[in-house]
Amino acid sequence: MAAITEPMPLPELTTDDLSRYSRHLILPEVGMEGQQKLKASRVLCIGAGGLGSPLAFYLAAAGVGTLGMVDFDVVDASNLQRQIIHSTKDIGRKKLDSAEEKLKALNPALNVVKHDTMLSSANALEIFRDYDIVADGTDNFPTRYLVNDACVLLGKPNVYGSIFRFEGQASVFATEQGPCYRCLYPEPPPPGLVPSCAEGGVLGILPGLVGVIQATEAIKLILGNGEPLIGRLLLVDALNMRFRELKLRKNPDCPVCGTHPTVTQLIDYQQFCGILPESRQPATIKNGIPQMTVKELKHRLDAGDDLFILDVREPYEYQIANIGGKLIPQNDVPQRLGEIDRNREIVVQCLSGGRSQRIAEYLKQAGYAKVSNLAGGIRAWSEEIDPSVRKY
Amino acid sequence: MIINIPTPLRAYTDGRNAVEVEAANVASALQALTASYPELQKHLFNGDGRVRAFVNLYLNDEDVRYLPAKDASPVNAQDTLSIIPSIAGGLPGLAVQAIAPSAQSLPVNQKR
Repeated sequence: MAAITEPMPLPELTTDDLSRYSRHLILPEVGMEGQQKLKASRVLCIGAGGLGSPLAFYLAAAGVGTLGMVDFDVVDASNLQRQIIHSTKDIGRKKLDSAEEKLKALNPALNVVKHDTMLSSANALEIFRDYDIVADGTDNFPTRYLVNDACVLLGKPNVYGSIFRFEGQASVFATEQGPCYRCLYPEPPPPGLVPSCAEGGVLGILPGLVGVIQATEAIKLILGNGEPLIGRLLLVDALNMRFRELKLRKNPDCPVCGTHPTVTQLIDYQQFCGILPESRQPATIKNGIPQMTVKELKHRLDAGDDLFILDVREPYEYQIANIGGKLIPQNDVPQRLGEIDRNREIVVQCLSGGRSQRIAEYLKQAGYAKVSNLAGGIRAWSEEIDPSVRKY
Repeated sequence: MIINIPTPLRAYTDGRNAVEVEAANVASALQALTASYPELQKHLFNGDGRVRAFVNLYLNDEDVRYLPAKDASPVNAQDTLSIIPSIAGGLPGLAVQAIAPSAQSLPVNQKR
């Protein structure tokens, strides 16, 4: 059983703490000392979204002393189906700010540390160092491997949760005796197609279920009580409401946590997962729509080509950042075709190339002869052409 | 024995979440499965007939990789074989890209 040993003396509980946590204090499994351990603990939540919402809420409620959160994203209406830490009025707002507000409302004594950044090999070790436990609530494979490796290298337990549609997984990785994520999945799946922003969909309640399981595991590790999911993979099937458990073995040959590790530093996880940056991929045609790279667009604009850039994002997004395109939000396009000149070459653009692809296909079907999709969207433009264009 | 089919693969088993097969060991159970549902073959196995690395197989609650006999492990009628692919929620899994049918339609709002 992994207990977090705190070399410094445990913090005293205030009068407010005693009344707030009374239901914990009277539990033999928690008690005064347990509550003090919670108060001393520092937990890092990667992601303030579906999994992060319930995770952060329950850790705050439980009296964790310091909660760090990593998220660079902004609240969007489609998040509210499951990301319950955010409210309707927060749409457009940074998730970290929204989360902090709700967490402090619940527990004003909580120390919230906001890491407004994208986690990467360049910053992960430094960010993780200040915490006792890392809770991984991210949504992509490169970050999963990054978090895992950083946790193993630093000796921090990784409370893992993942979801897909209506199924979830949970476990505790990267403890000294237990397996790590790579013991279970030594290799990431091949990316196959160009990364798309099409969603598989997810049952809103699912990250709620799994996120609270993660919070539970983090609390158990802090208290040093109960049996954590070390060496166990919990499988949740929400549709059939079945919970199963599989045994996880620590792989002695694991390149990160095995007896002779070969990975002793963080690597390039995008490369590891076989993901090429959007514009380095060969020019493709997707569903009949030519994909224009941002480099190509820049080149053609500089050459004075007469391109009609159609920006199909929402007004608030345009306010955050734009590249001068004509704004017609995607849902308005069918009614506003009159504003899109059929004789010109149209480049459809959105945030990262998903919505714009869909609209490009629609325009083609509506008889537009020259339509292409800006692959990677304004995000790629910001990354590769003009960093002064704000990313969100 | 029963083989549990994970969500991303159910499109290839006519939506079934479990398939019953007759087999003496893990390897032949998988063969029986792909014989009934040939589309699973390329999703479960790579070119040289080995199970793809990001797909885990569990005989009851034990990882087949760690069993002494691996996929030659004998099975009986009460055993369950589970296929557990890696998932990463949110963005539809590269696992899903690799082993699921292409997205049917893009939602109105692309942000996760």
